[in-house]
Amino acid sequence: MTHAASSTAATPDAGQALELTQPAGGARGAGRPARTGTRKPGERPNLIAGAFGWFWLAVIILPIYYIVITSFRTSQDLRANNQLVPSSEPTVAPFIRVIENDFFQFFLNSVIVTVSTVAVVLAVSLMAAYYITRSTSLGGSRLFQLILLGIAIPVQATIIPVYYLIRELGLYDTLWALILPQIAFAIPLSVLIIVNFVRDIPNELFESMRVDGAGEWKILGSLVLPMSKPALMTVGIYQALQVWNGFLFPLVLTQSRDVRVLPLSLWEYQGQFGVDVPATLAAVVLSAVPLLIAYIVGRRYIVAGLTAGFSK
Amino acid sequence: MFDTASSASGARAAGRRRQGPSFLMALPAVLFFGFFALVPLIGVLLISFMEWNVLSSPTWVGLDNWDTVISDRPFTWRALTLTGIFVLGSYLFQAPVALLLGVFMAGQQRYRALLAVLYFLPLLFSSVAVGLTFQSLLSPYYGISAALPFDWLPSDWLSNSDLVMYVMIFVVGWCFIPFHALLYQAGVRQIPTDMYEAATIDGAGRIRRFFSITLPQLRYTIITSSTLMLVGSLTYFDLIYVLTGGQPQDAVRILPLDMYITGFGANNLGHASVIAVFLVAIGLTMSLLLNKISGSTKMESDKAGA
Repeated sequence: MTHAASSTAATPDAGQALELTQPAGGARGAGRPARTGTRKPGERPNLIAGAFGWFWLAVIILPIYYIVITSFRTSQDLRANNQLVPSSEPTVAPFIRVIENDFFQFFLNSVIVTVSTVAVVLAVSLMAAYYITRSTSLGGSRLFQLILLGIAIPVQATIIPVYYLIRELGLYDTLWALILPQIAFAIPLSVLIIVNFVRDIPNELFESMRVDGAGEWKILGSLVLPMSKPALMTVGIYQALQVWNGFLFPLVLTQSRDVRVLPLSLWEYQGQFGVDVPATLAAVVLSAVPLLIAYIVGRRYIVAGLTAGFSK
Repeated sequence: MFDTASSASGARAAGRRRQGPSFLMALPAVLFFGFFALVPLIGVLLISFMEWNVLSSPTWVGLDNWDTVISDRPFTWRALTLTGIFVLGSYLFQAPVALLLGVFMAGQQRYRALLAVLYFLPLLFSSVAVGLTFQSLLSPYYGISAALPFDWLPSDWLSNSDLVMYVMIFVVGWCFIPFHALLYQAGVRQIPTDMYEAATIDGAGRIRRFFSITLPQLRYTIITSSTLMLVGSLTYFDLIYVLTGGQPQDAVRILPLDMYITGFGANNLGHASVIAVFLVAIGLTMSLLLNKISGSTKMESDKAGA
C-alpha cells in the first residue's frame, strides 16, 4: 500500500505541480480543465489585444535590456554615448569589480539563509499539516484557524518587536537573526498549502498503515511525506523566492559585512560604487542570474509554486 | 497486532490511534509561529506605550507616544493621506492591467504563450535590484531621459515631488502586475469552454463575452487578487525605500516608510510602534472586510453550481 502511494507521488511531473493551481478537493478529480482561448476558429485575430500584449512586453523588457547593456560598459562610455544603444566596446570589467568585492561571500550567505529557512519551514509545516488534517480532537481545527489568521499579519509592522527579540536573544547581526523570524512568517501560508494537499490523501491509506502497526512518525515518513511531494515543492519554491529576495529583515537585523546577504549587498554596492553605475548594475545582473537559471530549468514548477497559495 | 495482556499501554495506544497524531507534531511550527510572529504582534502594541531608543531599555510612558503621534505630529496625517493615494493609485493601475494581461495570457495562440514566459521576468528580481535598475533608468544623466531626444520628456522623475508618487506607483506595478496576471490566467483557464461556445452561438461578440462570462466567472480571483494588492501596497516598503528614502520633500513617505524612518532612522522606536499599530489595524481590517465579501461571493458561486 505504501509502495503504491509513493510511486504515484514520486513522479511529480509538471502536470501535477500545475494542478495545485486548481481548486483543492472535488474539482481536482474532474481532470485537467480545457484551455479556454477567447478566440474562436474563424474569428478575426484580436488586434487590440495583440498590440496591448506587445506593448506590455516592451514595458517589461526595456529596464532589463538597459541593465544588461549598461553592465557591459564603462562609466565614461555610459556618459558619452546613447544609453539605450549597446556599447561598441563591451567590457566585463564591471563584473570583475563586483566579484572582487566579495560577491561570492554574500552569495553564500544568501544560500545558507535560504536553504536553512526553507528546509525547516518544509519540515515543521508538513508535521503541522499532518496534525491538523488527522487530529480528531478540536486542537487541529483551532490551530488551523489560528494559522489562517497568521496569513493576514503584515510582516513589516512587526519588525520593531522582532528586532527587540533578536537583540535580547543575542542574535543581532548573525545569520540566525534572518533564519529564525523568516521561518516563523513563512509557516502560515506553507501550512495552508500543504494542508489542502494532505487532506486529499485517502483515509484508507492511513487505516491500512495503522493496521500494519505503524506509528505516527512512520506514517509521516512513509505516507504523508511522499504523497505531499508536489505541495512541498511548490511551497519550497515560493518561500525560497521570498527569502532569497527579502530585504527588510537583513536591513534591520544585520549590519556586518560577513553576514550580508545579496539584496543588502546590492544596496551597499550602490553606496560603495557611487557613480560607478555599470558596476552597480552588474551586481544587479549577477544577483538575478541564479533565479534566471532556475526559471529556465523549472519554469512550470516556479510559476505553479508562486501562485499555488492564492489560486482557488 | 494487539497484545491484550499489556492492557494499560494497549489502551493508551488504542486511544492515541483513535485521536490521530499527537500535538507534538505541530509543536515546532506552533513555537516558531508563536514566538516570532504572535509575540511581536502583541509586542508592537506594548512598545507603542514605551519610550525606547536603540541604546536605552524601553521604559513605560503610557499614552505619551500615542498623544504625540496623533495630536502633535502633523506629518502622521500627511503619511496617512499619502498611503491612501498610493494604495488607491496602485490598485487602479495594477488591477485592470493584470486582469487584461491574465485574459491575454490564457489565450491559446503560440505567441501569447511566449510573451507570458517573458512577462514573468520581473518576479525574478529582488526589490533592491528593481530599485537600482529604475534609479539609473530614471536618472537625468544616464537614463532614458538622456538617451531619448524628446524635449517634453521629464528628466526629474525621482526628484520632482509632484511626479515621484506616480513614478512609484508605476515601478511597484511593474514588479507586481506579473504575479497578479498569473492568478488571472489560472482563473480564466478554469472557466468551462462550453460557456464561451454557447455565447458565441448566441451571437455574443468578444466584448460581450468578456463582460458576461469572463468577468463574472473570475469574481473569486478578483477578490483574492484585490486583497493581496490592497494589503500588499498598504504595507509595501522595500522599493520605495531603495528608490527614494521618502524624498523629495517626504512626497512618498507612506506609513511603512514613515515607521522605518521614525524608528530606525530617527531612533524613536516608541513613536514608530504607534505607526506600526496603525498598519496592523488597517491591514487586518482590510483583510477581514475583503474576506467577508469573498465569503458571500463564494456561496453565491456554489449555489450557481459553477
